[in-house]
Amino acid sequence: MLPEAVHQQTHSPSLAHHFDNLEQQREAATLGMWAFLVTEILFFGGLFTVYMIYRSMYPQAFAAASHELVIWAGTTNTAVLITSSLTMALAVHAAQTGNRRLLVTLLIVTIALGCVFLGIKAFEYYTEWVEHHVPGLNYAFEPEYYRNAQIFFSLYFVMTGLHALHMIIGIGIMLFMLWWSIRGVITTEYYNPIEIAGLYWHFVDIVWIFLFPLLYLIGRHAHV
Amino acid sequence: MASSTVLTPPHHYLNDGVGIKSWLLTRDHKRIALLYLAGVTFFFFIGGAMATLIRIELITPAGDLVSDETYNKLFTMHGVMMVFFFLIPAIPAVLGNFLVPIMIGAKDLAFPKLNLASWYIYMLGGLFTLYAVVAGGLDTGWTFYTPFSTVASTSNVIPAAVGIFITGFSSILTGLNFIVTIHRMRAPGMTWFRMPLFLWSTYATSLINVLGTPVIAITLLLVAAERIFHFGFFDPRVGGDPVLFQHLFWFYSHPAVYIMVLPAMGVVSELVAAGCRKPVFGYAFVAFASLAIAVLGFLVWGHHLFVAGESVYSAMIFSILSFLVAIPSAVKVFNWTATMYKGSVSWETPMLYAYGFIGLFTVGGLTGLFLAAIGVDVHVTDTYFIIAHFHYIMVGGTIMGYLGGLHFWWPKISGRLYNEGLAKIAAGIIFIGFNLTFFPQFIVGYLGMPRRYHAYPPEFQVLNVLSSAGASILAVGYLLPMIYLMWSLRYGKLAGSNPWGAVGLEWTTTSPPPTENFVTTPVVTWDAYQYDAQQVEGHVA
Amino acid sequence: MSEHIVPTRSYYVIYLVLMVCTALTVWVAYLDLGPLNTVAALAIAIFKAVLVILFFMHVKYSSRLTWAVIAGGVFWFLILLTIIGDYLTRAWQPYGSV
Repeated sequence: MLPEAVHQQTHSPSLAHHFDNLEQQREAATLGMWAFLVTEILFFGGLFTVYMIYRSMYPQAFAAASHELVIWAGTTNTAVLITSSLTMALAVHAAQTGNRRLLVTLLIVTIALGCVFLGIKAFEYYTEWVEHHVPGLNYAFEPEYYRNAQIFFSLYFVMTGLHALHMIIGIGIMLFMLWWSIRGVITTEYYNPIEIAGLYWHFVDIVWIFLFPLLYLIGRHAHV
Repeated sequence: MASSTVLTPPHHYLNDGVGIKSWLLTRDHKRIALLYLAGVTFFFFIGGAMATLIRIELITPAGDLVSDETYNKLFTMHGVMMVFFFLIPAIPAVLGNFLVPIMIGAKDLAFPKLNLASWYIYMLGGLFTLYAVVAGGLDTGWTFYTPFSTVASTSNVIPAAVGIFITGFSSILTGLNFIVTIHRMRAPGMTWFRMPLFLWSTYATSLINVLGTPVIAITLLLVAAERIFHFGFFDPRVGGDPVLFQHLFWFYSHPAVYIMVLPAMGVVSELVAAGCRKPVFGYAFVAFASLAIAVLGFLVWGHHLFVAGESVYSAMIFSILSFLVAIPSAVKVFNWTATMYKGSVSWETPMLYAYGFIGLFTVGGLTGLFLAAIGVDVHVTDTYFIIAHFHYIMVGGTIMGYLGGLHFWWPKISGRLYNEGLAKIAAGIIFIGFNLTFFPQFIVGYLGMPRRYHAYPPEFQVLNVLSSAGASILAVGYLLPMIYLMWSLRYGKLAGSNPWGAVGLEWTTTSPPPTENFVTTPVVTWDAYQYDAQQVEGHVA
Repeated sequence: MSEHIVPTRSYYVIYLVLMVCTALTVWVAYLDLGPLNTVAALAIAIFKAVLVILFFMHVKYSSRLTWAVIAGGVFWFLILLTIIGDYLTRAWQPYGSV
């Protein structure tokens, strides 16, 4: 490395004192975020395990219940989240290339798409409440699948609810990144926060990529 | 012995900033370790108080001290406090936090602010659970089995579940911090195979923390959700299965016992090397055994469900795997023993705890093998045999390792030496008290005395009285170190950088160390445990 | 994390593929393929996830350690899934019966 680059790496204002250089700091932060995402795989994994077991035990009840979900909402939300992953990836690119205005714009769009997702989700929850599909509140279902469909809806609310909570946290993180970007904390040598915030955002998207078919698309071909 | 450094440096981490704010807002891993020391000690005493009441009740066959419901709360809170707030965090958060950066030659952990946050999260979780204790207790057993915990129990299930959930994040973040630190912040020349074995154990423990804890988090969340919304995941009335809870619970809680014992094994490796002035025999085998324990430990959870209704075929597979998981532990015991062979064996207090660990862990581990055999397990499940088995490992193993490590590194942490005579006596009292408490429990359990009952048939009384007598001796044994260690802080002899003449990066820096651990970043060109090289106090050749 | 900067064109291509796959998975859901419905849904979901991981999350350009971390996480999730083995074998009778 050129002497100026070495100096920048070891004395940059973005370097925390316990690290030797920016590269070590960046690698540590990235590894830390990946390790955290592994914990999230296992966290949601518990729910997917419960889902898999009960779906294998009660396939018809699950299909009947899945039919009641608002498929256009789920599909739209999938598209919304995938788009937000695109804008997120482009935001990282903007940060890497020092395009501050583009970075700010893309972060705002990502946040907005996240809010759209939550809005549609809220509408769905309201619909489900009106249709008496919320266990513990005012649950009712056709008698043949009443009992076991309750497990489906319980899973639906816990899984999508926890996912929505992670979306809210993600939006919070992005707002923080937005503030840092506006204030100029993010530079071409210190863009890693955007990168690892992006990792979190993409992970939340991936969880939804699995939730969508597993919850919304069971037995859609049949007429219950 | 000649020393080129003053016994206590003028500036070190303990006097670098004074006042409560400098402690509560610290990012220094060494101060955070001491914050954890205060926390785990506090929760240990609460768990110990519960144990005291249990053992007093069990002196007589009749349930005459407390009602059966109160007794349920006593053993539950004893388990919850001891497992989640003492055994799981103690060695990693106290000794690990203090030693990991120093042992690898770094200035701090990878994420110091996260480290402080971990402590606050730990204390917050502890306070939630303490609230559950004070507000009437929890009576489900530390195992929270459904459907009692979700439907029938009228005790404070949700605050306790929330408390444990929150503290789980502390474990996850600490594990994460250790993993990244060990991967990315080793000093120049400190390759993986030059690391002290304590770091291998800590690394393996951190893997379990990161992979396993999220599962108990989601499981307790489901219990709380079921309790509030009557969802039905574990409710047979809507087609749920209570045994599914047990699968999910033990998927974490079995590896959790390895979170509890692996760090203690790491400590023992350090103690045995230092106490015998020899490299640990078969270093690579011990290192890989730590990883093997972490991996295999995730494959055996079903042995807690042998009588719960899991299929016979699952049970058989879990039984075989449970036999296999004993192998890496046995490798470690053999290697420590081989290290002692022809070593210059010392009898200082840390070594006494190490020997205690090796013997008592072996007993606990062997009885675990008996339990891995389904036929035996069917007979002794839910008896005192099980209780004795896991206390031999948790107390005879983990706590001995913890105390041994605390004594070994106390001079480094505090800059002072404790009273060796008193310490030896305390170690002896603990050893005698422990065995008197728990060995009779093997017998009385095998004879059929069930666990979690506050009354028992009169023919078991003699053994119970022995056990309670042992418990009172054990209690004295635990109080003594508290007293003489605190006393040494003010009146103990100054330690100097290397009072044991041990090898390791921590012994090359001052006692107490400076805030940034080393004056200059060490460059490591030697293997661990180079005891055959010439040594002078404070230097490593 | 490598310094490698991915050209934005790649992101747009991956995005298009992801959207097509989403449409595909909805379309396939309305066909009656019996048990293959679930297989198809999972296969498409896994394919989409892999694209996001490799390209949006830059894992294609990441260190072996990152790959190992991800592989470990996925593998441990698979271990968790084996809980279903208990449920699948409960009906098996050990001694001669129907």
